[in-house]
Amino acid sequence: MEVNQHNEVTPHNDDHGHHGHDHHHEHEESNNFFAKYVFTTDHKMISKQFLITAIFMAFLAMGMSMIFRLQLAWPDVKFPFLEDIIGRWGKDGKLDPGFYLALVTLHGTIMVFFVLTGGLSGTFSNLLIPLQVGARDMASGFLNALSFWFFFVSTIVMCASLFIESGPASAGWTVYPPLSALPQAIAGSGLGMTLWLISMALFIASSLLGGINYVTTVLNLRTKGMNMTKLPLTIWAFFITAILGVLSFPVLLAAALLLIFDRSFGTSFFLSDIFIDGAPLDYAGGSPILFQHLFWFLGHPEVYIVLLPALGLASEVISVNARKPIFGYKAMIGSMLVIAFLSFVVWGHHMFITGMNPFLGSVFVFTTLLVAIPSAVKVFNYITTLWRGNIQFTPAMMFAMGLVSTFITGGLTGIILGDSTLDINVHDTYFVVAHFHIVMGSSAIFGMFAGVYHWFPRMYGRMMNRKLGYAHFWLTILGVYGVFFPMHFLGLGGVPRRYYATTGYEAFNVFVDINIIITIAAIISGLAQFIFAFNFFYSIFKGKKSVQNPWKANTLEWTAPVEHLHGNWPGEIPTVHRWPYDYGKPGAKEDFIPQTVPYSETPESNTPDDLKH
Amino acid sequence: MNLLLTLAVVFGILVLIRIANVAQMAAELSGETDEEEEEKANKWNSIGFLLFMLLGIPFMIYCTIKWMPLMLPVAASEHGVDVDKLMDINWIVLIITFLITSFLLFWFAYKYRYNKNRRSYYFHDNMKLELIWTVVPTIVLAGLIVTGLLEWNKITDMNLSDKGMKVQIYAKQFNFAVRYAGKDNKLGSSFFRNISDTNPLGVDVADSSAADDKISSELVMPVGEEIELVINSRDVIHSVYLPHFRAQMNAVPGMTTRFHFKPTITTAKMKEITGNDKFEYVMLCNKICGVAHYNMKMPVRVLEKDEFKAWLQKEKRVFTRESLNAADSSTTAVPVVDSTVVSAK
Repeated sequence: MEVNQHNEVTPHNDDHGHHGHDHHHEHEESNNFFAKYVFTTDHKMISKQFLITAIFMAFLAMGMSMIFRLQLAWPDVKFPFLEDIIGRWGKDGKLDPGFYLALVTLHGTIMVFFVLTGGLSGTFSNLLIPLQVGARDMASGFLNALSFWFFFVSTIVMCASLFIESGPASAGWTVYPPLSALPQAIAGSGLGMTLWLISMALFIASSLLGGINYVTTVLNLRTKGMNMTKLPLTIWAFFITAILGVLSFPVLLAAALLLIFDRSFGTSFFLSDIFIDGAPLDYAGGSPILFQHLFWFLGHPEVYIVLLPALGLASEVISVNARKPIFGYKAMIGSMLVIAFLSFVVWGHHMFITGMNPFLGSVFVFTTLLVAIPSAVKVFNYITTLWRGNIQFTPAMMFAMGLVSTFITGGLTGIILGDSTLDINVHDTYFVVAHFHIVMGSSAIFGMFAGVYHWFPRMYGRMMNRKLGYAHFWLTILGVYGVFFPMHFLGLGGVPRRYYATTGYEAFNVFVDINIIITIAAIISGLAQFIFAFNFFYSIFKGKKSVQNPWKANTLEWTAPVEHLHGNWPGEIPTVHRWPYDYGKPGAKEDFIPQTVPYSETPESNTPDDLKH
Repeated sequence: MNLLLTLAVVFGILVLIRIANVAQMAAELSGETDEEEEEKANKWNSIGFLLFMLLGIPFMIYCTIKWMPLMLPVAASEHGVDVDKLMDINWIVLIITFLITSFLLFWFAYKYRYNKNRRSYYFHDNMKLELIWTVVPTIVLAGLIVTGLLEWNKITDMNLSDKGMKVQIYAKQFNFAVRYAGKDNKLGSSFFRNISDTNPLGVDVADSSAADDKISSELVMPVGEEIELVINSRDVIHSVYLPHFRAQMNAVPGMTTRFHFKPTITTAKMKEITGNDKFEYVMLCNKICGVAHYNMKMPVRVLEKDEFKAWLQKEKRVFTRESLNAADSSTTAVPVVDSTVVSAK
């Protein structure tokens, strides 16, 4: 229904279309709460729906991590308030060992899928793809709305699993069978696991609906003059991410479906030769390793599904705030394409010691370490972009800097884990936990924060408070390094992950202090997120009003009026004449030239290269 | 109590909103323009990044030195020493890269902070630079890949398998059992349907090579002898993790996995090396396997060869008289099936 309206809008002339159009929309939308906030097909509103859902999920998952961090730091201490929060799972203030595993599992699932996939791509692909390519909306507003509602229902199902008698899924976020397939093996593999699988199936549907939409919109709805080589790097990142998702998520769905068959219909895809609870089971001929292959065929691209959008957001934020073009625009696109391609042929590095053929392991070592090359190119390009820039430290820029830092730190330890020989002894230890929390968790969430601070004015027409933003950043980055730097030492000391307590091990007693440091750092960075939440929700209503282009940026989204219209631009969609990174161009009047400015208007700054266009 | 907490939270939020309002008003009244505020922010945050680096990196080095002694002691296996060497080479490369890139990142943040009288340098492509930082990492990585793979091929060399003393590690929720192959160095075949109270490993009674197999509840190994771990699980995936020997391999139901290594340091010697009288080797389960995952472990000892022989002599055989009787009386004749599929190694 609303889509028709845009078609009406398109032919309007600026002269008389402006006022009448705005008025028309306000009237239409404010009258119907459900149409505006719930069943909206406006990409801007859908992006906010994703963002706010993801923020709630992030706080839930963070709260879980606080509970298990308390347990890990003080395994012998009772925390009576636990019983108030989690009831019988925290009886007498002691965390139940089974529920500990459930918390670990859900923390991972929620963070990886609901926050860093749904939340990150869902928010920023939705917000920025139409606005930055110059489209009135997504290719299909309806599928886009469906994508959000599948996502929302899947979060509800996942949360519901917290309230069932046998407890939520507890086999780790990777849900390896047979543990995840047999309720006899762990209570969480009963109804909790069923709900987990249902929730993931819904999530995958959501992700596919979104992904297809993003790809189609980028390919088909670019405005006049917007070649693929004039796209901002954000769009390239979302585009490649969406392709990755469309190609890899179906494989996870296949794995989930086969697991559902094994669990509920007696098939033996992943199960064989099992004797449990005093009796042999009838499963025969399946392979638990098969599940791992299927899972990681998604699972590894998933890492880049999480990371690439964050890198794309950072590229844009860094370039805008360094007042300098991104260095090596084409190399940046090229390295993202190479990373995306390689991400499909490295999954085996999660399985070096599962009993996979060692020769196969060698192949995966080779492909895995290749990923370091495009990653190094990206890092050096970011650093060169800063070189001789004129850097404004907005809160968004702070987080983008933080992303580059964590991407370096966490990426480097990946070289150790990608080397099968070295992986033998650190596999499944805290070294792995430290590595991926820095490179994937922190980098991606930093990218997301950079995005929120940078595009908040575009979302809500108001500014977030700067000072609170700085406080949030500094506490968060100190917390992140405070938590994950010491964790490397636990891993190198041989402490396995997913242990409820290490008190039974004489050798691990030396790590008590480090565990306490980690937990304190975690609590600090956890509390810092409340500064963000407060700043976010307060600024929605009370923040300072934003001007149209608060960061003096070149991209198209800042040419749209601050007030949201369904259709983005009153009158015609702007035409694009140049690439998005003309910052600090010699000779230009200002230190930025928006994409909509034709070369004919800037004779003073044109270079011989420009004339070729 | 809960009500109080809720009230406190609500009150806290109200106070925060109040403070934010007042702060905003104060900022407006003070006449500090946005530009001044931004200038200050740029200055202090760029200094912040510089300090973050100048204090952070020495602090990281300090922690590393302080925590180094907590790491695993010297590798107690032949390949483990090489693994550690390889690890050191990797660390050198990684730490150098980390220091260079972190320095540049934070130094540039400080040096090129905003100055309204300056313009950035319009510089967006340079073939030579890009070539350098594509080729140099490629060469360094090629070196790391090759050295890593050479070692990996050595560790996983299939030809070594038959030479080793066969020791089965049989995992279940939530403990390990160990079976020694005995004089013939052949483990009697086993099948999960044979499992019973008296035959917890499901060893096949009819297989003559099982006759001299011995079973134990601790892993004891002779020093300086090649050990071939033959790893199975009967329920879910576990992982046999021997951190002191730099050895790890998953235990997967339905298939057999292997790990080959040679212990080089006895427990007694290790006590001397670490200066810790209470030092013991340990085998841990390192794959999430259920509620008591964190308690799934087995004591490990490395003895001199003759000590080991004496110890093994005293361990009990897989089949005692009573277990054989029980097997005879069971009516279900189970076919001899080697369910194991040899995969990794």
